[in-house]
Amino acid sequence: MKVLAAMSGGVDSAVAAARAVDAGHEVVGVHLALSRMPGTLRTGSRGCCTVEDSNDAWRACDKLGIPYYVWDFSERFKEDVVDDFISEYEAGRTPNPCMRCNERIKFAALLEKAIALGFDAVCTGHYAKVIRDSAGNPELHRAADWAKDQSYVLGVLTHEQLDHCIFPLADTPSKALVRAEAEARGLSVANKPDSHDICFIPDGDTRGWLAERIDMTPGAIVDQEGKPLGEHEGAHAFTVGQRKGLKLGTPAADGKPRFVLEIRPKENKVIVGPEALLAVDELRGIRISWAGLPIADASAGTEFDCMVQVRAHGDPVDARARVEAQEDGSNVLVATLIEPMRGVAPGQTMVIYQDTRVLGQATIDSARSTAWDPTLVS
Amino acid sequence: MSDAALAAMTHELAQTGNPSSLHGAGRRAHRVMEESRERLAAAAGAHPSEVIFTSGGTESDNLALKGLYWARNGADARRTRILVPVIEHHAVLDTAEWLAAHEGATITWLPVTSDGVIDLEVLAAEIARDPASIALLTCMWANNEVGSVQPIAEVVALAGPAGIPVHSDAVQAFTALPISFADSGLATMAVSGHKIGGPVGIGALFVRRDAVLTPIQHGGGHERALRSGTLNAAAAAGFAAAATEATANLAAETERLASLRDALVAGVHERIPEAVFNGTADPAHAGTRLPGNAHFTFPGCEGDSLLFVLDMLGVHSSTGSACTAGVPRPSHVLLAMGRDEETARGAQRFTLGHTSSAADIGKLVAALPEAYARAQKAGMAAQVSSIQTAGTGFTR
Repeated sequence: MKVLAAMSGGVDSAVAAARAVDAGHEVVGVHLALSRMPGTLRTGSRGCCTVEDSNDAWRACDKLGIPYYVWDFSERFKEDVVDDFISEYEAGRTPNPCMRCNERIKFAALLEKAIALGFDAVCTGHYAKVIRDSAGNPELHRAADWAKDQSYVLGVLTHEQLDHCIFPLADTPSKALVRAEAEARGLSVANKPDSHDICFIPDGDTRGWLAERIDMTPGAIVDQEGKPLGEHEGAHAFTVGQRKGLKLGTPAADGKPRFVLEIRPKENKVIVGPEALLAVDELRGIRISWAGLPIADASAGTEFDCMVQVRAHGDPVDARARVEAQEDGSNVLVATLIEPMRGVAPGQTMVIYQDTRVLGQATIDSARSTAWDPTLVS
Repeated sequence: MSDAALAAMTHELAQTGNPSSLHGAGRRAHRVMEESRERLAAAAGAHPSEVIFTSGGTESDNLALKGLYWARNGADARRTRILVPVIEHHAVLDTAEWLAAHEGATITWLPVTSDGVIDLEVLAAEIARDPASIALLTCMWANNEVGSVQPIAEVVALAGPAGIPVHSDAVQAFTALPISFADSGLATMAVSGHKIGGPVGIGALFVRRDAVLTPIQHGGGHERALRSGTLNAAAAAGFAAAATEATANLAAETERLASLRDALVAGVHERIPEAVFNGTADPAHAGTRLPGNAHFTFPGCEGDSLLFVLDMLGVHSSTGSACTAGVPRPSHVLLAMGRDEETARGAQRFTLGHTSSAADIGKLVAALPEAYARAQKAGMAAQVSSIQTAGTGFTR
């Protein structure tokens, strides 16, 4: 096959490309330029798309003897990932920009350009696995190394996208082995630190970054029944489950700490309450997509057992789920959690699994604790 | 590198001796150095004492602009203006901008026609506006992207009466067009070794004997004290050999390349009628365009996609320039010629050289229609995807 290896300049994508070459594919390395103003050198483990990253990817391609190109997706990235990130926060939701990037850039804009130019598939260094069923339909599964598993951030991929994905690191038992392999192959990135956090916020200060881009207006902090407790400097600076930085002065009646339960950007209101009310036992998700073909229960609207994960590196919890048709013709994924979760915010993605298989995902529209009635706050 | 250049350089690399030393080995190296200087001067219609060897075109442009500016401004502080056509190479543009940012210079940008040729009326008006304030004027001999040859004689004729020194970046023109430094009236002229079949890492600045420059690099006082540093006899020998060979074949090779280029242009127009040919025409092969340059913009496609498909097919072309991270940028030359950003993104430059053949042109012309179709499709993909996605997010 003609395979486009997306090369970040890191060790995972370099080893993935090397394995694709070994597998006999005709491989071309492509680095995605996602920022119009790339920094020159990396500092620490944050950020990406620096000139140094581009050069690291280039050196890896030299070593593998494959062509190397830089493709500019900075405009698409700004619109579909960065601007979306800001407007989601403005609306009081908590987006996951890495998922957006996978959904719309790596496995959409990049994939489509690759197909137009004659490639059959895109290969990345993600830790996840594509398995084909007997009819050849792709299924997405967790990687062998659960500690590194990235199936969550790939949970947005559709049947068509998965059909063109190659994840050569799927069966690698651990990241240490990937580094050792890079070393053995003479790849200079073998000991390069992992990237963390959000690539377009290089200093890692998400709140500070957002504060420069979102209008911050002071407003009220109220308790779970709507009673005013104090003032905040801008609702967007808060996140559900947050405990520190509320600056309320007077303690709660029971003397226990208060936590952010909900953010209402339209009313510019932050609702706080006791920890117990953070426990969520029902999630409702909209904009459902299936990672491959939907399972029969989902299509039929019957309830099924699954596990729900709401963060890239959060433990999945057992749940019963069903697809509920709405009057407007859309579908909602309703998951009743067997054990409650803490601090789930609208906008986060719920990815549902059966065993190692990713069934699909939905965007959390409401995360409810049956112990609290949010309409008490008017 | 040409065979003659390679042979001259490798032979010299095996010898011992610093051209500045007085012992026997030094005298031998000195002789090689000075013979190379004489041969290079002869190839460019210059006097040997006007040849200042440098590390290449970029250094030559830096030495010319900074050297002339400092000397002229030092002699008369009113001289702060530098006249710069907007289509210059970055070695000139960035040097001028550095002088503006750090040395008190002001840049007067000179516009070009839609064919990429300096507008002489504007130049005349800018000189007449306040000639005493002009430190220097720079004008490339031929544009590296779109191949348009500039009217150097007319430019010098306008600047000469006001006593304004003119620098020309002739990196592209040297050995592609007949050049006589002596006849040109230029104060300084930059050339590069590797562009003419010589080694990388050597170039020269021709400096008229009466031109006054302040040096950038100080030390042992080599090269008329304008460029100190141990002389590189091996590279000079390779450079001179390449220049001698290329100028000897200039007339025949120019005609051969111009005919090949015409065949390429005709072939592209026949296969892809919407492709736009950029730069000056060269109807009688009279030297109004670089003979080996064919430049097009292909509507609706990204130049880097077309480059990619052609590269896979074994055709090596160029599209504008890339930033340090490798991201293609719309060409400042095309923008200066009045093209919009989208048009400029579809640029593709085909450069023909001494190894190019009619068979190569046939291969390229045959490959272009499919390559163009693929690049167009890829260009659309960068705007909107037709691939089914999850459609997450509330805002879009």
